Amino acid sequence: MAVADSGAEPTVIADRLDIIYKVIAGQGGKGTAATALRRIMKRQDRPTIREVHAVKNVSFTAYKGDAIGVIGRNGSGKSTMLRAIAGLLPPAAGAVYTGGRPSLLGVNAAMMNDLTGDRNVVLGCLAMGMSTAEIQRRYDEIVDFSGIGDFIDLPMSTYSSGMAARLKFAIASAKTHDILLVDEALATGDAEFRVRSERKIKELRDQAGTVFLVSHSLEVVQETCNRALWLDAGVLKLDGPVEEVVAAYIKSTRG
Amino acid sequence: MPTAGETDPAALARRYGLSKSSVRPPLGAYLQELWSRRQFVVSYAAARTYAMYAGARLGSIWQVLTPLLNAAVYYLAFGVLLGTKNGIDNYVAFLLSGIFVFTFTQRCMTEGSRSLALNLSLIRTLHFPRATLPLAYVLNELNQMLVSLGILFVVVGFTEGPAWSWLLVVPAMLLQIMFNIGITLVFARIGTFVSDITQLLPFVTRTWLYASGIFFSLPAKLAEIDAPGWVVQVLAFNPISAYIDIIRRSLLEEHEPNQLPHAWSIAVVWSFVMLAAGFWYFWQAEDRYGRG
Ligand SMILES: Nc1ncnc2c1ncn2[C@@H]1O[C@H](COP(=O)(O)OP(=O)(O)O)[C@@H](O)[C@H]1O
Ligand SMILES: [Mg+2]
Repeated sequence: MAVADSGAEPTVIADRLDIIYKVIAGQGGKGTAATALRRIMKRQDRPTIREVHAVKNVSFTAYKGDAIGVIGRNGSGKSTMLRAIAGLLPPAAGAVYTGGRPSLLGVNAAMMNDLTGDRNVVLGCLAMGMSTAEIQRRYDEIVDFSGIGDFIDLPMSTYSSGMAARLKFAIASAKTHDILLVDEALATGDAEFRVRSERKIKELRDQAGTVFLVSHSLEVVQETCNRALWLDAGVLKLDGPVEEVVAAYIKSTRG
Repeated sequence: MPTAGETDPAALARRYGLSKSSVRPPLGAYLQELWSRRQFVVSYAAARTYAMYAGARLGSIWQVLTPLLNAAVYYLAFGVLLGTKNGIDNYVAFLLSGIFVFTFTQRCMTEGSRSLALNLSLIRTLHFPRATLPLAYVLNELNQMLVSLGILFVVVGFTEGPAWSWLLVVPAMLLQIMFNIGITLVFARIGTFVSDITQLLPFVTRTWLYASGIFFSLPAKLAEIDAPGWVVQVLAFNPISAYIDIIRRSLLEEHEPNQLPHAWSIAVVWSFVMLAAGFWYFWQAEDRYGRG
Protein backbone atom coordinates (compact mmCIF):
# COMPACT_ATOMS: atom_id res chain seq x y z
CA MET A 1 0.00 0.00 0.00
CA ALA A 2 1.18 3.48 -0.79
CA VAL A 3 1.50 4.93 2.66
CA ALA A 4 3.08 8.23 1.76
CA ASP A 5 1.14 9.50 -1.22
CA SER A 6 -2.42 9.36 0.08
CA GLY A 7 -2.06 12.90 1.41
CA ALA A 8 -4.23 12.11 4.43
CA GLU A 9 -2.88 12.53 7.91
CA PRO A 10 -2.21 9.22 9.71
CA THR A 11 -3.68 8.87 13.20
CA VAL A 12 -2.88 5.26 14.09
CA ILE A 13 0.09 3.26 12.83
CA ALA A 14 0.56 -0.38 13.79
CA ASP A 15 4.05 -1.60 13.07
CA ARG A 16 4.55 -5.38 13.13
CA LEU A 17 2.48 -5.69 16.26
CA ASP A 18 2.71 -8.84 18.38
CA ILE A 19 0.63 -9.44 21.50
CA ILE A 20 1.19 -12.40 23.79
CA TYR A 21 -0.89 -13.28 26.84
CA LYS A 22 0.74 -15.30 29.56
CA VAL A 23 -1.83 -17.51 31.21
CA ILE A 24 -1.37 -19.62 34.29
CA ALA A 25 -2.99 -22.87 33.33
CA GLY A 26 -4.16 -25.56 35.72
CA GLN A 27 -3.94 -25.57 39.51
CA GLY A 28 -2.48 -22.06 39.67
CA GLY A 29 -2.24 -20.56 43.13
CA LYS A 30 -1.53 -23.72 45.12
CA GLY A 31 1.90 -24.71 46.35
CA THR A 32 3.89 -24.27 49.51
CA ALA A 33 6.10 -21.36 50.46
CA ALA A 34 9.13 -23.56 49.93
CA THR A 35 8.29 -24.36 46.33
CA ALA A 36 7.41 -20.72 45.73
CA LEU A 37 10.80 -19.70 47.10
CA ARG A 38 12.59 -22.24 44.94
CA ARG A 39 10.78 -20.97 41.86
CA ILE A 40 11.68 -17.38 42.60
CA MET A 41 15.33 -18.22 43.34
CA LYS A 42 15.69 -20.18 40.12
CA ARG A 43 13.83 -17.42 38.25
CA GLN A 44 11.90 -20.07 36.39
CA ASP A 45 8.31 -19.66 35.36
CA ARG A 46 5.69 -22.11 36.50
CA PRO A 47 5.72 -25.18 34.29
CA THR A 48 2.01 -24.57 33.76
CA ILE A 49 2.40 -21.11 32.22
CA ARG A 50 0.98 -21.04 28.72
CA GLU A 51 1.50 -18.37 26.13
CA VAL A 52 -1.34 -17.28 23.88
CA HIS A 53 -0.09 -15.48 20.80
CA ALA A 54 -3.23 -13.41 20.18
CA VAL A 55 -2.02 -10.90 17.58
CA LYS A 56 0.72 -11.79 15.08
CA ASN A 57 2.76 -9.32 13.09
CA VAL A 58 -0.07 -6.91 12.26
CA SER A 59 0.75 -3.70 10.36
CA PHE A 60 -1.60 -1.02 9.06
CA THR A 61 -2.03 2.74 8.95
CA ALA A 62 -5.28 4.53 9.74
CA TYR A 63 -6.01 8.10 8.65
CA LYS A 64 -8.13 10.99 9.82
CA GLY A 65 -11.75 10.44 8.92
CA ASP A 66 -11.36 6.66 8.61
CA ALA A 67 -14.00 4.45 10.13
CA ILE A 68 -12.51 1.00 10.22
CA GLY A 69 -14.50 -2.13 10.83
CA VAL A 70 -12.58 -5.01 12.42
CA ILE A 71 -14.05 -8.40 11.55
CA GLY A 72 -13.06 -11.99 12.17
CA ARG A 73 -14.19 -15.07 14.07
CA ASN A 74 -14.38 -15.35 17.84
CA GLY A 75 -10.93 -15.44 19.36
CA SER A 76 -9.22 -14.05 16.29
CA GLY A 77 -7.70 -11.21 18.32
CA LYS A 78 -10.03 -8.27 17.57
CA SER A 79 -10.48 -7.15 21.18
CA THR A 80 -6.82 -7.73 21.90
CA MET A 81 -5.78 -5.53 19.00
CA LEU A 82 -8.06 -2.70 20.12
CA ARG A 83 -6.64 -2.89 23.63
CA ALA A 84 -3.15 -2.61 22.20
CA ILE A 85 -4.15 0.42 20.11
CA ALA A 86 -5.59 1.95 23.25
CA GLY A 87 -2.24 1.39 24.94
CA LEU A 88 -3.83 -0.80 27.61
CA LEU A 89 -2.02 -3.98 26.64
CA PRO A 90 1.70 -3.51 26.06
CA PRO A 91 2.95 -5.25 22.90
CA ALA A 92 5.43 -8.12 23.14
CA ALA A 93 7.07 -6.87 19.93
CA GLY A 94 6.42 -4.11 17.43
CA ALA A 95 4.64 -0.88 18.26
CA VAL A 96 1.46 1.13 17.89
CA TYR A 97 1.80 4.85 17.27
CA THR A 98 -1.17 7.10 17.89
CA GLY A 99 -1.93 10.79 17.84
CA GLY A 100 -3.50 11.54 21.19
CA ARG A 101 -5.03 9.09 23.63
CA PRO A 102 -7.43 6.59 22.05
CA SER A 103 -10.51 5.67 24.07
CA LEU A 104 -11.91 2.20 24.21
CA LEU A 105 -15.65 1.68 24.54
CA GLY A 106 -16.23 -1.93 25.33
CA VAL A 107 -18.70 -4.18 27.05
CA ASN A 108 -15.93 -5.73 29.09
CA ALA A 109 -15.25 -2.41 30.77
CA ALA A 110 -14.63 -3.63 34.27
CA MET A 111 -16.43 -1.89 37.05
CA MET A 112 -16.78 -2.78 40.70
CA ASN A 113 -19.63 -5.21 40.89
CA ASP A 114 -20.13 -4.91 44.65
CA LEU A 115 -20.84 -1.22 44.27
CA THR A 116 -23.96 0.57 43.19
CA GLY A 117 -24.39 1.91 39.69
CA ASP A 118 -24.03 5.53 40.75
CA ARG A 119 -20.75 4.87 42.57
CA ASN A 120 -19.51 3.16 39.42
CA VAL A 121 -20.45 6.20 37.37
CA VAL A 122 -18.41 8.46 39.64
CA LEU A 123 -15.42 6.09 39.85
CA GLY A 124 -15.31 5.45 36.11
CA CYS A 125 -15.45 9.14 35.30
CA LEU A 126 -12.75 9.94 37.86
CA ALA A 127 -10.52 7.24 36.41
CA MET A 128 -10.97 8.77 32.95
CA GLY A 129 -9.69 12.02 34.41
CA MET A 130 -12.90 14.02 34.68
CA SER A 131 -13.17 16.56 37.46
CA THR A 132 -15.74 16.31 40.24
CA ALA A 133 -17.53 19.41 38.92
CA GLU A 134 -17.65 17.95 35.42
CA ILE A 135 -19.03 14.67 36.74
CA GLN A 136 -21.73 16.50 38.67
CA ARG A 137 -22.68 18.33 35.50
CA ARG A 138 -22.78 15.21 33.33
CA TYR A 139 -24.16 12.75 35.89
CA ASP A 140 -27.85 13.01 34.95
CA GLU A 141 -27.06 12.79 31.27
CA ILE A 142 -25.03 9.61 31.78
CA VAL A 143 -27.70 7.93 33.89
CA ASP A 144 -30.43 9.02 31.45
CA PHE A 145 -28.51 7.68 28.50
CA SER A 146 -27.91 4.35 30.20
CA GLY A 147 -31.65 4.00 30.74
CA ILE A 148 -30.98 2.16 34.03
CA GLY A 149 -33.54 4.24 35.90
CA ASP A 150 -34.23 3.33 39.52
CA PHE A 151 -31.69 0.51 39.46
CA ILE A 152 -28.90 3.07 39.58
CA ASP A 153 -28.67 2.81 43.38
CA LEU A 154 -28.52 -1.00 43.42
CA PRO A 155 -25.22 -2.93 43.29
CA MET A 156 -24.06 -3.73 39.77
CA SER A 157 -23.99 -7.42 40.64
CA THR A 158 -27.80 -7.31 40.49
CA TYR A 159 -27.81 -6.00 36.90
CA SER A 160 -28.41 -8.15 33.86
CA SER A 161 -25.50 -8.26 31.43
CA GLY A 162 -27.40 -5.99 29.07
CA MET A 163 -28.00 -3.42 31.80
CA ALA A 164 -24.36 -3.50 32.85
CA ALA A 165 -23.28 -3.03 29.24
CA ARG A 166 -25.56 -0.02 28.86
CA LEU A 167 -24.19 1.63 31.96
CA LYS A 168 -20.58 1.00 30.97
CA PHE A 169 -21.20 2.36 27.50
CA ALA A 170 -22.86 5.43 28.93
CA ILE A 171 -19.91 6.05 31.26
CA ALA A 172 -17.24 5.55 28.62
CA SER A 173 -19.00 7.71 26.03
CA ALA A 174 -19.32 10.63 28.45
CA LYS A 175 -15.95 11.90 27.26
CA THR A 176 -15.08 13.27 23.83
CA HIS A 177 -12.48 11.25 21.97
CA ASP A 178 -9.95 11.81 19.18
CA ILE A 179 -9.55 8.16 18.38
CA LEU A 180 -12.48 6.00 19.29
CA LEU A 181 -12.36 2.22 19.61
CA VAL A 182 -15.71 0.48 19.90
CA ASP A 183 -15.67 -3.20 20.84
CA GLU A 184 -19.06 -4.83 20.43
CA ALA A 185 -20.44 -2.20 22.74
CA LEU A 186 -23.81 -2.51 21.06
CA ALA A 187 -24.16 -6.26 21.03
CA THR A 188 -25.80 -6.97 24.38
CA GLY A 189 -28.32 -4.15 24.57
CA ASP A 190 -31.90 -4.39 23.41
CA ALA A 191 -33.08 -2.95 20.10
CA GLU A 192 -33.97 0.44 21.53
CA PHE A 193 -30.59 0.86 23.17
CA ARG A 194 -28.84 -0.29 20.02
CA VAL A 195 -30.48 2.46 18.00
CA ARG A 196 -29.61 5.04 20.61
CA SER A 197 -25.99 3.94 20.89
CA GLU A 198 -25.51 3.72 17.13
CA ARG A 199 -26.63 7.32 16.93
CA LYS A 200 -24.19 8.13 19.71
CA ILE A 201 -21.36 6.44 17.83
CA LYS A 202 -22.13 8.40 14.67
CA GLU A 203 -22.10 11.55 16.77
CA LEU A 204 -18.77 10.54 18.33
CA ARG A 205 -17.40 9.62 14.92
CA ASP A 206 -18.15 13.10 13.60
CA GLN A 207 -16.14 14.58 16.45
CA ALA A 208 -13.39 11.97 16.36
CA GLY A 209 -10.63 11.69 13.81
CA THR A 210 -10.77 7.93 13.53
CA VAL A 211 -13.12 5.17 14.63
CA PHE A 212 -12.45 1.45 14.96
CA LEU A 213 -15.53 -0.71 15.24
CA VAL A 214 -15.67 -4.38 16.18
CA SER A 215 -19.09 -5.82 15.51
CA HIS A 216 -20.54 -9.20 14.76
CA SER A 217 -23.15 -7.57 12.60
CA LEU A 218 -21.59 -7.21 9.17
CA GLU A 219 -24.45 -4.87 8.24
CA VAL A 220 -23.50 -2.43 10.97
CA VAL A 221 -19.90 -2.56 9.77
CA GLN A 222 -20.91 -1.94 6.18
CA GLU A 223 -23.22 0.87 7.21
CA THR A 224 -20.80 2.76 9.42
CA CYS A 225 -17.33 2.01 8.02
CA ASN A 226 -15.40 2.90 4.87
CA ARG A 227 -12.62 0.40 5.45
CA ALA A 228 -12.22 -2.99 7.12
CA LEU A 229 -9.54 -5.19 8.65
CA TRP A 230 -10.05 -8.93 8.65
CA LEU A 231 -8.22 -10.78 11.40
CA ASP A 232 -7.87 -14.53 11.29
CA ALA A 233 -6.23 -16.36 14.19
CA GLY A 234 -4.26 -13.22 15.05
CA VAL A 235 -3.03 -12.61 11.50
CA LEU A 236 -4.20 -9.65 9.41
CA LYS A 237 -5.69 -11.44 6.43
CA LEU A 238 -7.09 -8.53 4.46
CA ASP A 239 -7.10 -4.73 4.69
CA GLY A 240 -9.11 -2.68 2.24
CA PRO A 241 -12.43 -1.04 1.33
CA VAL A 242 -15.25 -2.38 3.45
CA GLU A 243 -17.27 -4.04 0.63
CA GLU A 244 -14.27 -5.96 -0.63
CA VAL A 245 -13.18 -7.23 2.77
CA VAL A 246 -16.68 -8.16 3.91
CA ALA A 247 -17.32 -9.99 0.65
CA ALA A 248 -14.10 -11.97 0.99
CA TYR A 249 -14.89 -12.74 4.63
CA ILE A 250 -18.39 -13.96 3.79
CA LYS A 251 -16.98 -16.10 1.01
CA SER A 252 -14.48 -17.75 3.35
CA THR A 253 -17.12 -18.54 6.00
CA ARG A 254 -19.36 -20.16 3.37
CA GLY A 255 -16.56 -22.02 1.64
CA MET B 1 6.70 5.35 -5.17
CA PRO B 2 7.24 6.14 -1.53
CA THR B 3 10.84 6.53 -0.53
CA ALA B 4 12.44 4.19 1.95
CA GLY B 5 12.26 6.74 4.76
CA GLU B 6 8.54 7.27 4.31
CA THR B 7 7.55 3.62 4.34
CA ASP B 8 9.30 3.17 7.64
CA PRO B 9 6.38 3.33 10.13
CA ALA B 10 8.48 4.79 12.91
CA ALA B 11 9.66 7.64 10.67
CA LEU B 12 6.15 8.28 9.42
CA ALA B 13 4.88 8.37 12.99
CA ARG B 14 7.56 10.84 13.94
CA ARG B 15 6.74 13.08 10.97
CA TYR B 16 3.09 13.37 12.00
CA GLY B 17 3.85 13.68 15.70
CA LEU B 18 2.39 10.31 16.69
CA SER B 19 3.69 8.63 19.81
CA LYS B 20 3.76 5.05 21.05
CA SER B 21 0.42 4.20 22.59
CA SER B 22 1.86 2.42 25.61
CA VAL B 23 4.66 4.65 26.68
CA ARG B 24 5.92 5.65 30.07
CA PRO B 25 5.65 9.40 30.72
CA PRO B 26 8.65 11.15 32.31
CA LEU B 27 8.66 10.84 36.10
CA GLY B 28 7.72 14.48 36.64
CA ALA B 29 4.75 14.32 34.29
CA TYR B 30 3.75 11.01 35.85
CA LEU B 31 3.68 12.46 39.36
CA GLN B 32 1.66 15.40 38.08
CA GLU B 33 -0.86 13.09 36.44
CA LEU B 34 -1.00 11.10 39.66
CA TRP B 35 -1.76 14.25 41.62
CA SER B 36 -4.56 15.14 39.21
CA ARG B 37 -6.18 11.75 39.96
CA ARG B 38 -6.12 12.18 43.75
CA GLN B 39 -9.90 12.29 43.82
CA PHE B 40 -9.97 8.88 42.16
CA VAL B 41 -7.63 7.50 44.82
CA VAL B 42 -9.88 8.77 47.61
CA SER B 43 -13.10 7.55 45.98
CA TYR B 44 -11.61 4.19 45.12
CA ALA B 45 -10.38 3.68 48.67
CA ALA B 46 -13.78 4.65 50.06
CA ALA B 47 -15.50 2.27 47.67
CA ARG B 48 -13.17 -0.54 48.71
CA THR B 49 -13.76 0.03 52.41
CA TYR B 50 -17.46 0.04 51.73
CA ALA B 51 -17.31 -3.15 49.67
CA MET B 52 -15.13 -4.84 52.30
CA TYR B 53 -17.65 -4.46 55.10
CA ALA B 54 -20.84 -4.54 53.03
CA GLY B 55 -21.15 -8.31 53.45
CA ALA B 56 -20.55 -8.46 57.21
CA ARG B 57 -23.52 -8.07 59.51
CA LEU B 58 -21.57 -5.97 62.00
CA GLY B 59 -20.35 -3.83 59.12
CA SER B 60 -17.66 -1.30 59.87
CA ILE B 61 -17.66 -2.19 63.59
CA TRP B 62 -15.07 -4.72 62.43
CA GLN B 63 -12.69 -1.81 61.91
CA VAL B 64 -12.60 -1.49 65.71
CA LEU B 65 -13.03 -5.18 66.54
CA THR B 66 -10.23 -6.50 64.33
CA PRO B 67 -7.35 -4.61 65.99
CA LEU B 68 -8.80 -5.28 69.45
CA LEU B 69 -9.11 -9.03 68.84
CA ASN B 70 -5.62 -9.10 67.38
CA ALA B 71 -4.22 -7.36 70.42
CA ALA B 72 -6.14 -9.65 72.78
CA VAL B 73 -4.65 -12.75 71.16
CA TYR B 74 -1.10 -11.42 71.42
CA TYR B 75 -1.70 -10.27 75.01
CA LEU B 76 -2.80 -13.76 75.99
CA ALA B 77 0.08 -15.41 74.18
CA PHE B 78 2.94 -13.16 75.21
CA GLY B 79 1.78 -11.16 78.20
CA VAL B 80 0.00 -13.89 80.13
CA LEU B 81 1.23 -17.28 78.92
CA LEU B 82 4.86 -16.50 78.15
CA GLY B 83 5.17 -13.69 80.66
CA THR B 84 7.19 -11.40 78.43
CA LYS B 85 5.78 -8.33 80.12
CA ASN B 86 8.12 -8.41 83.07
CA GLY B 87 9.80 -5.06 83.48
CA ILE B 88 7.37 -3.11 81.33
CA ASP B 89 4.88 -1.19 83.45
CA ASN B 90 2.16 -0.34 80.96
CA TYR B 91 2.41 -3.56 78.98
CA VAL B 92 -0.98 -3.20 77.30
CA ALA B 93 -0.12 0.17 75.76
CA PHE B 94 3.38 -1.07 74.93
CA LEU B 95 1.99 -4.09 73.12
CA LEU B 96 -0.85 -2.27 71.36
CA SER B 97 1.42 0.43 69.95
CA GLY B 98 3.80 -2.21 68.60
CA ILE B 99 1.10 -4.32 67.02
CA PHE B 100 -0.77 -1.43 65.45
CA VAL B 101 2.32 0.14 63.91
CA PHE B 102 3.53 -3.21 62.63
CA THR B 103 0.14 -4.24 61.24
CA PHE B 104 -0.11 -0.96 59.32
CA THR B 105 3.07 -1.66 57.36
CA GLN B 106 2.46 -5.39 57.07
CA ARG B 107 -1.05 -4.96 55.63
CA CYS B 108 0.16 -2.33 53.17
CA MET B 109 2.77 -4.78 51.89
CA THR B 110 0.58 -7.86 51.61
CA GLU B 111 -2.53 -6.13 50.30
CA GLY B 112 -0.52 -3.82 48.06
CA SER B 113 1.28 -6.74 46.43
CA ARG B 114 -2.09 -7.77 44.96
CA SER B 115 -3.38 -4.29 44.16
CA LEU B 116 -2.62 -4.54 40.45
CA ALA B 117 -3.23 -8.25 39.93
CA LEU B 118 -6.74 -7.97 41.38
CA ASN B 119 -7.56 -5.03 39.13
CA LEU B 120 -6.16 -6.35 35.89
CA SER B 121 -9.41 -5.96 33.99
CA LEU B 122 -9.78 -2.36 35.14
CA ILE B 123 -6.19 -1.71 34.03
CA ARG B 124 -6.95 -3.25 30.63
CA THR B 125 -10.05 -1.12 30.25
CA LEU B 126 -9.25 2.41 31.34
CA HIS B 127 -6.29 4.72 31.24
CA PHE B 128 -5.06 6.06 34.53
CA PRO B 129 -1.71 6.20 36.29
CA ARG B 130 -1.37 2.69 37.76
CA ALA B 131 0.16 3.96 41.00
CA THR B 132 -3.31 5.19 41.99
CA LEU B 133 -4.27 1.62 42.89
CA PRO B 134 -1.51 0.87 45.44
CA LEU B 135 -1.97 4.39 46.81
CA ALA B 136 -5.67 3.71 47.34
CA TYR B 137 -4.74 0.53 49.21
CA VAL B 138 -2.41 2.52 51.49
CA LEU B 139 -5.25 4.94 52.14
CA ASN B 140 -7.48 2.02 53.16
CA GLU B 141 -4.88 0.82 55.65
CA LEU B 142 -4.32 4.35 56.93
CA ASN B 143 -8.01 4.57 57.62
CA GLN B 144 -7.75 1.38 59.69
CA MET B 145 -4.63 2.69 61.41
CA LEU B 146 -6.41 5.87 62.50
CA VAL B 147 -9.12 3.78 64.15
CA SER B 148 -6.41 1.75 65.89
CA LEU B 149 -4.66 4.93 67.02
CA GLY B 150 -7.96 6.10 68.51
CA ILE B 151 -8.09 2.91 70.56
CA LEU B 152 -4.49 3.46 71.62
CA PHE B 153 -5.21 7.02 72.76
CA VAL B 154 -8.12 5.79 74.86
CA VAL B 155 -5.96 3.12 76.51
CA VAL B 156 -3.05 5.46 77.22
CA GLY B 157 -5.42 8.22 78.25
CA PHE B 158 -6.96 5.98 80.89
CA THR B 159 -3.72 4.48 82.15
CA GLU B 160 -1.40 7.51 82.06
CA GLY B 161 -3.50 10.55 81.22
CA PRO B 162 -3.04 12.82 78.20
CA ALA B 163 0.26 14.63 77.68
CA TRP B 164 1.74 17.23 75.30
CA SER B 165 4.17 14.68 73.94
CA TRP B 166 1.18 13.04 72.22
CA LEU B 167 1.55 15.67 69.51
CA LEU B 168 4.69 13.86 68.36
CA VAL B 169 2.44 11.09 67.11
CA VAL B 170 1.61 13.32 64.13
CA PRO B 171 5.14 13.51 62.66
CA ALA B 172 5.73 9.88 63.61
CA MET B 173 2.64 8.85 61.67
CA LEU B 174 3.58 11.02 58.67
CA LEU B 175 6.98 9.34 58.51
CA GLN B 176 5.45 5.89 58.61
CA ILE B 177 2.93 6.81 55.91
CA MET B 178 5.78 7.92 53.64
CA PHE B 179 7.60 4.66 54.28
CA ASN B 180 4.46 2.61 53.67
CA ILE B 181 3.69 4.34 50.37
CA GLY B 182 7.20 3.53 49.21
CA ILE B 183 7.19 -0.10 50.28
CA THR B 184 3.67 -0.66 48.94
CA LEU B 185 4.69 0.66 45.51
CA VAL B 186 7.70 -1.65 45.51
CA PHE B 187 5.67 -4.73 46.40
CA ALA B 188 2.85 -3.76 44.02
CA ARG B 189 5.32 -3.96 41.16
CA ILE B 190 6.96 -7.16 42.40
CA GLY B 191 3.59 -8.79 43.02
CA THR B 192 2.47 -8.10 39.46
CA PHE B 193 5.36 -9.86 37.80
CA VAL B 194 6.29 -12.46 40.43
CA SER B 195 2.93 -13.73 41.59
CA ASP B 196 4.57 -16.24 43.95
CA ILE B 197 5.49 -13.37 46.22
CA THR B 198 1.95 -13.41 47.62
CA GLN B 199 2.57 -16.84 49.10
CA LEU B 200 5.96 -15.90 50.44
CA LEU B 201 5.11 -12.55 52.00
CA PRO B 202 3.29 -13.90 55.08
CA PHE B 203 6.46 -15.72 56.12
CA VAL B 204 8.62 -12.68 55.51
CA THR B 205 6.36 -10.45 57.55
CA ARG B 206 6.06 -12.99 60.37
CA THR B 207 9.84 -13.16 60.67
CA TRP B 208 9.92 -9.40 60.65
CA LEU B 209 7.28 -9.38 63.37
CA TYR B 210 9.47 -11.28 65.82
CA ALA B 211 12.59 -9.25 65.02
CA SER B 212 10.93 -5.91 65.66
CA GLY B 213 10.56 -5.83 69.42
CA ILE B 214 6.79 -5.75 69.54
CA PHE B 215 6.18 -8.10 72.46
CA PHE B 216 9.30 -7.31 74.45
CA SER B 217 11.76 -4.49 74.91
CA LEU B 218 14.71 -5.11 72.60
CA PRO B 219 17.36 -3.46 74.83
CA ALA B 220 16.11 -5.30 77.92
CA LYS B 221 15.99 -8.62 76.09
CA LEU B 222 19.49 -8.20 74.70
CA ALA B 223 20.88 -7.25 78.11
CA GLU B 224 19.23 -10.35 79.54
CA ILE B 225 21.13 -12.64 77.16
CA ASP B 226 24.39 -10.67 77.47
CA ALA B 227 24.49 -9.70 73.80
CA PRO B 228 27.30 -7.33 72.78
CA GLY B 229 26.40 -3.64 72.53
CA TRP B 230 26.55 -3.37 68.76
CA VAL B 231 23.69 -5.84 68.34
CA VAL B 232 21.12 -3.32 69.53
CA GLN B 233 22.72 -0.71 67.27
CA VAL B 234 22.22 -3.00 64.29
CA LEU B 235 18.68 -4.03 65.22
CA ALA B 236 17.78 -0.36 65.60
CA PHE B 237 18.18 0.09 61.83
CA ASN B 238 15.04 -1.99 61.31
CA PRO B 239 12.53 0.61 60.04
CA ILE B 240 9.60 -1.00 61.83
CA SER B 241 11.45 -0.90 65.15
CA ALA B 242 12.15 2.76 64.55
CA TYR B 243 8.53 3.63 63.78
CA ILE B 244 7.34 1.67 66.80
CA ASP B 245 9.92 3.33 68.98
CA ILE B 246 9.02 6.88 68.02
CA ILE B 247 5.34 6.19 68.68
CA ARG B 248 6.20 4.72 72.08
CA ARG B 249 8.43 7.70 72.90
CA SER B 250 5.51 9.98 72.13
CA LEU B 251 2.95 8.09 74.18
CA LEU B 252 4.68 6.26 77.02
CA GLU B 253 6.68 8.19 79.58
CA GLU B 254 8.32 5.19 81.18
CA HIS B 255 9.55 3.98 77.79
CA GLU B 256 12.87 5.81 78.32
CA PRO B 257 14.99 2.88 79.52
CA ASN B 258 13.73 0.76 76.61
CA GLN B 259 14.41 3.30 73.86
CA LEU B 260 16.36 2.31 70.79
CA PRO B 261 19.30 4.53 69.75
CA HIS B 262 18.68 7.25 67.13
CA ALA B 263 15.12 6.10 66.39
CA TRP B 264 13.94 9.48 65.04
CA SER B 265 16.88 9.93 62.66
CA ILE B 266 16.63 6.37 61.41
CA ALA B 267 12.89 6.78 60.86
CA VAL B 268 13.38 10.02 58.90
CA VAL B 269 16.03 8.53 56.63
CA TRP B 270 14.01 5.38 55.93
CA SER B 271 10.91 7.44 55.09
CA PHE B 272 12.51 9.67 52.50
CA VAL B 273 14.62 6.94 50.93
CA MET B 274 11.72 4.47 50.72
CA LEU B 275 9.26 7.03 49.36
CA ALA B 276 11.59 8.15 46.56
CA ALA B 277 12.74 4.63 45.76
CA GLY B 278 9.16 3.33 45.71
CA PHE B 279 7.89 5.91 43.21
CA TRP B 280 10.94 5.51 41.04
CA TYR B 281 10.81 1.70 41.02
CA PHE B 282 7.07 1.55 40.34
CA TRP B 283 7.21 4.12 37.58
CA GLN B 284 9.98 2.19 35.80
CA ALA B 285 7.49 -0.52 34.84
CA GLU B 286 4.47 1.74 34.25
CA ASP B 287 4.22 0.76 30.56
CA ARG B 288 4.27 -2.95 31.39
CA TYR B 289 1.44 -3.28 33.92
CA GLY B 290 -1.47 -5.05 32.28
CA ARG B 291 0.60 -7.35 30.15
CA GLY B 292 -0.59 -10.82 31.15
N1 LIG C 1 -7.24 -12.00 29.30
C1 LIG C 1 -6.79 -12.97 28.50
N2 LIG C 1 -5.88 -13.86 28.97
C2 LIG C 1 -5.42 -14.83 28.16
N3 LIG C 1 -5.78 -15.02 26.89
C3 LIG C 1 -6.68 -14.18 26.37
C4 LIG C 1 -7.23 -13.11 27.14
N4 LIG C 1 -8.10 -12.43 26.36
C5 LIG C 1 -8.09 -13.06 25.16
N5 LIG C 1 -7.24 -14.12 25.17
C6 LIG C 1 -6.96 -15.01 24.03
O1 LIG C 1 -6.51 -14.23 22.95
C7 LIG C 1 -7.10 -14.66 21.73
C8 LIG C 1 -7.82 -13.49 21.10
O2 LIG C 1 -8.91 -13.10 21.90
P1 LIG C 1 -9.80 -11.81 21.62
O3 LIG C 1 -8.90 -10.69 21.27
O4 LIG C 1 -10.72 -11.61 22.75
O5 LIG C 1 -10.61 -12.27 20.32
P2 LIG C 1 -11.91 -11.62 19.68
O6 LIG C 1 -12.17 -10.32 20.34
O7 LIG C 1 -11.57 -11.50 18.24
O8 LIG C 1 -13.03 -12.60 19.89
C9 LIG C 1 -8.00 -15.82 22.09
O9 LIG C 1 -7.29 -17.00 21.80
C10 LIG C 1 -8.21 -15.72 23.56
O10 LIG C 1 -8.29 -16.98 24.13
MG1 LIG D 1 -13.81 -9.65 21.45
